[in-house]
Order: sequence, then C-alpha cells, then structure tokens
Amino acid sequence: MMQLPDSEALLNEITAKIAALIKPNSVIVGIHRGGVWIMEHVLANLKQDIPYGTLDAALYRDDFAQRGLKTELQPTNIPFDVQDKHIILIDDIFHTGRTTRAAINELFDYGRPASITLAVLINRDGAQLPIQPQIVGAAIPLKPNQRFQLSQDSQGKLKLALEKKQDTSDV
Amino acid sequence: MKVLIKNGHVIDPKNNIDAKQDIYIAAGEIVAVGKPPKDFSPNQTINAKGMVVTPGFVDLSARLREPGDEYKATLESELHAAAAGGITSLACPPDTDPILDEPGLIEMLKQRARKHNLARIYPLGALTQKLEGKALTEMCQLSEAGCAGFTQADKSIIDTQVLWRAFEYAATFGYTIFLRPEEPFLAKNGVAHDGELAGRLGLKGIPSAAESLMIATILRIATETETNIHFCRLSTAEGVELIRNAKNNGVAVSADVSAHHLHLTEHDIAYFNTHAHIKPPLRTIRDREALCRGVADGTIDAICSDHTPVDDDAKLVPFAEAEAGATGLELLLPLTLKWANNNQSSLADAISRITIHPANILGIKSGHLSLGANADIAIFDPEAAWQVSADNLKSQGKNTPFLNTEMIGKVHYTLLNGHITYQNKTD
Amino acid sequence: MYNPQLTSEGALKHLLSIEGLPKKNLLQILDTAESFVGVAERDVKKVPLLRGKTVCNIFFENSTRTRTTFEIAAKRLSADVINLNVNTSSQSKGEAILDTINNLIAMHTDMFVVRHSQSGAAHLIAQHLPDNISVVNAGDGRHSHPTQGLLDVFTIRRYKPEMHNLRVALVGDVLHSRVARSEIHALTTLGVPEVRVIAPKTLLPNEVEKLGVQVFHDMKTGLKDVDVVMMLRLQNERMTGAMLPSAQEYFKTYGLTPEKLSVAKPDAIVMHPGPMNRGVEIDSRVADGKQAVILPQVTYGIAVRMAVMAILAGGTA
Repeated sequence: MMQLPDSEALLNEITAKIAALIKPNSVIVGIHRGGVWIMEHVLANLKQDIPYGTLDAALYRDDFAQRGLKTELQPTNIPFDVQDKHIILIDDIFHTGRTTRAAINELFDYGRPASITLAVLINRDGAQLPIQPQIVGAAIPLKPNQRFQLSQDSQGKLKLALEKKQDTSDV
Repeated sequence: MKVLIKNGHVIDPKNNIDAKQDIYIAAGEIVAVGKPPKDFSPNQTINAKGMVVTPGFVDLSARLREPGDEYKATLESELHAAAAGGITSLACPPDTDPILDEPGLIEMLKQRARKHNLARIYPLGALTQKLEGKALTEMCQLSEAGCAGFTQADKSIIDTQVLWRAFEYAATFGYTIFLRPEEPFLAKNGVAHDGELAGRLGLKGIPSAAESLMIATILRIATETETNIHFCRLSTAEGVELIRNAKNNGVAVSADVSAHHLHLTEHDIAYFNTHAHIKPPLRTIRDREALCRGVADGTIDAICSDHTPVDDDAKLVPFAEAEAGATGLELLLPLTLKWANNNQSSLADAISRITIHPANILGIKSGHLSLGANADIAIFDPEAAWQVSADNLKSQGKNTPFLNTEMIGKVHYTLLNGHITYQNKTD
Repeated sequence: MYNPQLTSEGALKHLLSIEGLPKKNLLQILDTAESFVGVAERDVKKVPLLRGKTVCNIFFENSTRTRTTFEIAAKRLSADVINLNVNTSSQSKGEAILDTINNLIAMHTDMFVVRHSQSGAAHLIAQHLPDNISVVNAGDGRHSHPTQGLLDVFTIRRYKPEMHNLRVALVGDVLHSRVARSEIHALTTLGVPEVRVIAPKTLLPNEVEKLGVQVFHDMKTGLKDVDVVMMLRLQNERMTGAMLPSAQEYFKTYGLTPEKLSVAKPDAIVMHPGPMNRGVEIDSRVADGKQAVILPQVTYGIAVRMAVMAILAGGTA
C-alpha cells in the first residue's frame, strides 16, 4: 500500500519554492479546480499581495472532438494584463502535460507573458509533450490505471486520495 | 366458367347470411349459396377454409390519378391495389387533370378501366365546371356517361347562390350530391386541426366549426331543395351530432368516414410526420370516439379508404407544404376490422359498412351475394397479420401514416365477375 | 422514447425546439454559455473549439441580424462559416430543401444553422442527415426559435436568479410567434411558476392555456406585479389579415408605455427579441429606459449560440 504524502507538507514545500521566485512583475494563475484551491492556500501563506487569476483550460483542450465539453465550465478570470508578466501557473497533478499546453495557449490569447513557470503539488510522471513542471511538491509515478484525486472539504482543508481509474481520458 | 368457393365463412349483410356456406358461380354470376345447383361441376375450386367470404368491397372514394397525374399513380397500379384490398367497386373523385366535368372524359376513363378488368369504377362528376363553383356541369349527360353522383371533391363552393342552384338542378333529376363539408374561408391555408397540437407545432389550424357550419348550411339547403345529399369524410364530433339529428328528423342524408379518422388523431402528426397530413385533418381523441360511435349506431353509413396516392417528393417537404393525402385501398379491410374489434361491433356490421351501405349510397347493384348478382367477392383471413411497408403495397402511393405498423386482416382472393383479379401467393 | 434532438444516451444531437428538450440539457446550454460571456469580453474573442469545422448558415427566410449573430458565434469558436441565402419567393420554386442540404453535405459541412418560413423544416432536415452532422434551428415558421428562447431565459437568469419565484408576462402576437412558443417552453421547463400571455383573442392560439400559461386580455391586470415583461413583435400583416384594426389601437391597448409598466414590480425587467417597432408594441421611453435589458440580450445571444454549437460539435465519448 502506497503511503500518500501529507497535503499540508506538500503545500508548504511549493509555497516556499514559489516565494523564492517572486519578482516585481510576477502574477499567479491557478488552473481550475485543484490548481485554484492550491493557489488560494499559497496566496494565504505568502506574506505578499500578488495579482492572481483563475483559468479553466476546458475550452482549449485537445480532446474536444472525442469528449466534448465534459465537465462543468468554471469561470476564467484574468483581471490583469498578461503582457510582459512572469506567470506562475499552478495545477494540482502533472501527468501528460496536455492541460498545461491548453492553459499556455489560453494565456497567450490574453497577451505575451515574459515567462511562465509551472508549479504542481504532485508530478505523477507520464509526459506526452515536451513540457515539465519546474516546481514540484512530490514526484510519485503511478501506473496507468491509477490516479490521484485532490479534494477540498468544507473547512478548506485539502485531501489527497489514490483511485483506480474508470475513465482513461482524464489527463 | 363455373367456380366453387367452398368451406368459407360467408358474411352477406344484405341477405343476413353469417354462416359457413359454399358459393356457386357460373358465367360471372352467383347461382347458389349453400346448396349446390343441379349438376354443378366447377372448372375452378377455391378452398376458403379458415377464411371469411364476403361481397367484394365498395369504396366510396379512391383517387386513381388518371387522367393527368400519372407520375403519382396510374389506373393499372391503383386498380391492382384495389383488387389486392378486396375492393371490386370504387367511386373516384373528379379532381383529375383535366377535371371530370365532361361526358367524354367519363366515358374514356370508364373504358380504360374496363380494359384492365380489375374493378368497377363509378366516377363522381364535377358539380360545377372545373370545380370552380361558378357554372353548373351537364349533369344529365354526365349521368348518362356513367357518373354515380356529383361532387366538388376538396373545393367548396363559395357562392351560396350557386350552391343552392346546383342542389336544385341535381334534385330535379334525383341525382345525389356528395360533398365534403368545409367552410372555405375558415379552412383557408389550414393544414391541421385547430387545437393544442397545431398550436404547439405552429401549424395553421382548421377549426371544427369549419365542418359543422358547412354541414348545417348544406342540410338546410338540401332539405329545402329536396336533394339527396351524402356527406363525405366526417371528422368532427359536432358533425356526427348534426347528421344524427337530421336523420332522426327524417332528412334524406347519408355520410361516410375515412378509415384513417377512426383510428388516428392529431397526435399522430408527432414530429411533423407529413404522412399524417390529410384532408380533412386528423382531429382530437374526442372526435375519433364520436366518429367510431357514429359508425356503430348507423349515423355514419359507410367507411371508405379515401385513397390518395402522393409521390414521395411531395411528402419530403415541410408539413404545410406537403401534398395532403394517404394511400388506403389495401388498408380498408384491416382498418375496418380493427374498428369492429375496438368498438365491440360484429364482423357482419363491419362488412356492411364497406359493402351494402356504400353500394346503396352509390345506387349500384353491388355489395351483396344475392342470387343473380355479379360474382364480385372478397375472401380474406381476418386474423392474418402483416406489416405495412413500401414493398408490399401494390399502390404506387407509399404515403401512409401506418407505415411500419402491423395490420390484421389480409385478402387472399378477390373475384370480379367470377374471375380472380387478385390472389395472395402465400398459399 | 424517441427524441429527434437527443442521442440514445441523452446527449444533444440537434437543437430543434425547446419543447422536448430535457431540463438537464437546457441547463447545460445555459451553464456553458456563462463561460462564453467571458470570452466576448477579452481582446482575443476566440476559442479554438470548432477549428477546422465548417458551419453553414442556410437561411430560406431572410434575416440579416440573426444570421450575423450566428456567424459571429461560429467564428468566435474558430469555425469556418458559409452563408447561404436561398430565395424562396413564390416565383422561384427552385431546388427542394433536401437537395440543397445534400449538396452542402457533399462539401463537408459539419453543422447547419437553418431558418425557414415553414414549421417543421428543421425537423425535416434533421431526419435526413448522416449521424455526424448537426442542425441548429434558427427559426421555423411559427413553431420554434430555440436559441432565442434560450438567450431570453439566460438573460432572465442573470438579472433574476430566483427563477422559481418569478412572474413572467409575454405580451403580443403569440399566435404567429415562434419566439413566444420557445420562451414559454423554456420558462415552464425551468420551473417558473407563473407564465402569463397578454393579447387580444385574435392573436392567441386556440387552447393556448394548454401550454401552461395564464391568459390575460388586459395589460393592467396582466402586468400586475410581474418581474419580467417579454414583448413580442407585431407584424403589419396582422392588420391586413383582419386580426387587428390598426397599429394605433394596438399601441393604445397593448403597447408597453411607462404608465402600463408601472403596475409591474418596480425592478421588473423589459425584454424584446428585436427588431422593435417603436410606437407599436413598445414606447421609446421604455425601450430606452432603465428597465430594458434589450441590448444585453443581444450580447448574451452570441454566448448562448456559441454554447449550443460547442455542445453539438463536441464528441460524446
């Protein structure tokens, strides 16, 4: 039985690494939904006021022709000008890299950022594109039929769970 | 030729026969029912075991599409369809191209039908020239040429004065007028019953009042001019009630209903099914029930097929643009049997509605198996089930709301003048 | 039960009418449209969902404004758009509808947006399409204008989220209006408890109450305490068809003026599908007033149409 890491510990890990990167033009964007929860925790723990936004990559996914708009769309809200900003992009689980690709495409429709740094809670390994996260809480490779599920309870506490996959299309 | 039909269950409403009997035919006539005539040795024997034997059916309205509309159907295809439906006599409306308003056209049509020798046709002549409702037709000459009566088909006469005079003229000679009652202005451009379904589907409706108003008007004119009137294709409960009252008051009136209206309602339009676009429109459940009761109590004398073949292209358009009409010759029997089953009426009563009653309305000698009558006979299996499909309809018109549904009741033999015009090959 | 709009799994295959559209599919469209409102407010108003797909607007009945909104919606989804205006005047009988469609299918069209003057036209087309091609009904005769019904309830939901507590009144020519039918079905499907129609008898379909509405012939009683007033357009043919005596009398009895509007709730919103006949069904003071949400309707119309097309074009794995 795999021992799952404590979410709090992972959060602190990546918060520290993110804090080290903050520059004058830095902004933070969380990818719905797990990435947004993590971003909220990170922002609460950072002692600075940084512009932030939320992003739903669903409209830029590459599997629309197969799956359609499967999940409920969340609002994308980028309340700052993307031009020349250093974006710290936050997601919960990094797997194939396709969600990141979609998020990058969407960000570029808003303008030309100076840089994008990807921070994730867990890298489960399995990139299908030449994309890698620069900030990782923990690297835990999984088998193809397994997946991590991040959830948030009513008090805002994050919980990580390991599941067997029924739907192999969730990347 | 001598023909014997043996082992069948004979139903002949006129002569009150409803029993297992054999039928003996010679030289195209019925020579005996029950006991064989002396020295009768048949050239042909039909074993009607398990089947019902009745007079050949008489259909008060079947469009044969000749002359003029041969791309929709031809005499040949439709008369074969009639025979396949057990129909041996039929009346055809004059709304052909050209309109049947001249004696020469009637003669030509009758002659061409005679050549096919598949059924007897009784054209109804136009009541007004070109059906335009303005000038009278030569009713005497048309009658002489073979018209069984006069009608306006689907085109109501707008000018009441003309209507009155047409009645008076017909009454002078004792002709019967066949009218489908529909007030033309209320029905203008309407394509469905003016009720809930037409409201939902955004289709222009024809109110029930269009029929009842016109029935009331026509009854009044017929009574005062002493004309024989037959109402075609009733579709409303109110209409049935008006006819019932008229008959109770001794008015000389008869009525028919299309077999479709005894089974279908506006809901059969469903998702704009153009096969359910017919005239008069399919109305409500309440109307259907009144029509069924009307046939049961004799208010409505006859059931007809209202056979109207339409080519496929004319139905593959939006509902309101589709040509109205449904094919029906081959469905008349099963739909009549189904009416009897649904309404607890006897088989004999049902058969009378498609034999002796319509024959009397047309004033023809058919519709019964009396001695000396023409040997026009239908032999059918009242329990045989079959699926309605484009392939097994002989009519060129495949337009029916009953497509892909099951019918119960199949004709196995049809005889005209004692010779077989249709035989179902499965035996 | 067979439903021509849905696949056997209950996913949307065509959008033909609001009637027969299950509540969950209706809500899916509205919820998806929320995201597309945001897209319209960006500088880059496009998303790549329909890139490589061809959407054909076939309008057998002319309408520049509706066709334009569908064109904008398709282009914002990155689709290629073909516009075809088919002349169907009585003089030119021309090509049969299905032949026109078949030709366009042969040219690899993925989606048809169809407007036709006859009820049932979109249904007819949907019946004859191969499985992978969708139809959006942009208005068929008097029957249905589903995207208008959808954008109208989307607008209402934005201003009055408590839909299970609303009184809504539709005013005008319900008899001839596909917009009215779609609006009524959308409102009743979403559970709006009181839907009223206000019109003279000549402009109401027989048995209209069977659609689930309350009938009023008087504006004062009909508009009392309503939260939403939905105006319908009056066409000139109604006067020549002996359904109404004159535009002036119509304005007097059924035109929405500030005085008539005052009996509604003070925060009631006023809607109109456009184009407006000022001084016939609506007074300019109301059309240009604070309570009118007519221009937002247009904006939301694009988002709703994007949502419809995105849902139809997406796979269903």
